[in-house]
Amino acid sequence: MSTNPHAHENLIDSDTGKMGMWLFLFTELFLFGGLFLVYAVMRTKYAADFHHAALELNAFVGATNTVALLFSSMTVAMSLTAIQQQKSGKAIGLIFITLLLAGVFMVNKYFEWGHKFSLHLYPGSDVMKTLPHGEIVFFGLYFMMTGLHAVHVLIGGILLTLVMFKIGSGKIRHDHFLMHENSALYWHLVDLIWIFIFPLLYLIT
Amino acid sequence: MKNHTHAVSTDRANWTVLLILLLLTTLSVLAIKLQVGAFTVALALLLASVKVTIVLTYFMHLKFEQTILRVMVGGVFLLFAIVIGITFIDYLFR
Repeated sequence: MSTNPHAHENLIDSDTGKMGMWLFLFTELFLFGGLFLVYAVMRTKYAADFHHAALELNAFVGATNTVALLFSSMTVAMSLTAIQQQKSGKAIGLIFITLLLAGVFMVNKYFEWGHKFSLHLYPGSDVMKTLPHGEIVFFGLYFMMTGLHAVHVLIGGILLTLVMFKIGSGKIRHDHFLMHENSALYWHLVDLIWIFIFPLLYLIT
Repeated sequence: MKNHTHAVSTDRANWTVLLILLLLTTLSVLAIKLQVGAFTVALALLLASVKVTIVLTYFMHLKFEQTILRVMVGGVFLLFAIVIGITFIDYLFR
């Protein structure tokens, strides 16, 4: 473990900026938390329907995406270490790997959703209207939770791309990396949410 | 006053954290596939909570942060637990 002797120069900027990011992350937690709450109540109410509908989801795809996000969480944490050790090239490389893993996640999601659509399992479809009420609720929550999460993956990807270019142009350095740090926090949040989505939607039937 | 310099976690430490997270993921998949009794759901949620705590502590560096931030994060999760608890009390005993 090493320490950065220049950190005190950006003390106020960095600490308040980071706290602001955490406050924003709290609002994100409650945004998803509301959906988890609806899921919990509806699961209690429609246990049999939820069981049946959850069998439609592919646990293997869910597990692959879990591994991709856990890996990307590590690479983004490593990139933050690298920038503080003045290894800009390594930091850029690690963010690039993070973006590739985000790509793997989104491609998987594309095929997963595509498969559901080919089976006409989407909100408002004719097939969906014939399903029991609890199954409609399950698929509604499935599309809402994974969709909102995928939007966060995209936003996180855009933020990390910006960070990568800023490191390249020297705007993010070993003594000035608040945006890098906050974008990494956002990316970890994306991972955190998925850690709960995966067992709740894909594993438990 | 706490030292405000940034602590840096090593690559080796990050790999260790990742391996533990992957191990816990494998465990939860196995637990559900093998259907370990009536507590399967509780076990899956417990394992997810452990994983989230590890990500918060190591990847999100809460271990190295000021106490106030750790208290805030803990408080938010406690608040969410209370919200879930109260909702279910209302729902089950209405």
